[in-house]
Amino acid sequence: MRNTLFSAAALALLAPAAFACEAVTLGDLTIEHAWSRATIGATRPAVFYVEIRNGGADDALTGIATPAAAMPMLHETVVTDGVASMPHAMSVPVPAGEIVKLAPGGYHGMLMQLTGALNEGDSFPVTLTFEKAGEVTVDVEVVPMRAEGPSCEGGH
Amino acid sequence: MRLRTLRIFLWLAVALAGLGAFFLYQRQAEPVTQISQAFRPEFTLPDAQGQPHSSADFRGKYQLIFFGFTNCPDVCPTTLSEVAQVMDDLGSDADKVQPLFISIDPERDRKLGLDAFTEAFHPAILGLAGDDAATRAAADSFRIFFEREDDAAAPDGYTMSHSPGLYLIGPEGDWLRQYTYGTPASEILDDLNTRL
Repeated sequence: MRNTLFSAAALALLAPAAFACEAVTLGDLTIEHAWSRATIGATRPAVFYVEIRNGGADDALTGIATPAAAMPMLHETVVTDGVASMPHAMSVPVPAGEIVKLAPGGYHGMLMQLTGALNEGDSFPVTLTFEKAGEVTVDVEVVPMRAEGPSCEGGH
Repeated sequence: MRLRTLRIFLWLAVALAGLGAFFLYQRQAEPVTQISQAFRPEFTLPDAQGQPHSSADFRGKYQLIFFGFTNCPDVCPTTLSEVAQVMDDLGSDADKVQPLFISIDPERDRKLGLDAFTEAFHPAILGLAGDDAATRAAADSFRIFFEREDDAAAPDGYTMSHSPGLYLIGPEGDWLRQYTYGTPASEILDDLNTRL
């Protein structure tokens, strides 16, 4: 028993990236798997991806804010007639009972005017504002540029 | 007896018509695939050091070609990540495939640093950025679209819309196919392995 407890404590200490895998709840919303790609310097915009589970009534993500970037915005990658463009999204619908993903090729946060480079292994906070549920802050895991998802999803 | 001859004759006619229709269908079906395959995109564009590279330089290798811009936070990193994974998974066959990133925003990309960007995904990816005319000519020869869009909220006041596909060019320089945006690395790898 003591051994088990000890290993559990050791494991917890050995898993510094686990914070990003933690789910944060805000009312009926569960926010998890927040991740971003490392950047080269601070001149190019960075990206923000996250997963939102809605166990309650219809809501919408209306904005993001972070100390990591002076101008964070919600965008959506749209492919129309074989051409990809990236219009701003005024808000991202979070319908009742659904899981909404800000993910590659769809909705994403575009973090412009970075205050510094995002390095692999770093984390930074992003505050999400929902139309009804209000605000919640999550820790965002910075993964290598060529990663295809957060490290806690495994296999990437 | 005469009726029987007539009947045989008619059945033969039916068979002949069927055969004719079949060959006609075949002949119609073939040119369509041939047209989409029988073109050779051409380009001459410099790398980050100013060294020119032309399509003919890559004969003998398969080429995975992506048109993008380094300021692009979503589509371009996603596709280049897939390309990087494919290059790793090709193992000893990796030297038969040349991945290329052609900038559609060459002036800004040269300023921001093309090599640091491509190398962050995979050292095998060669980044090319020409002048506006050479870039437009390259895109036209691939029959793809790109456009600068003014956007006050975007960095430097503009962003780029573009065809997000990944193109496979054969060792003879022929356009072979497109992997549409979002094709997983494993599917690209499987397809390449049937060709290598």
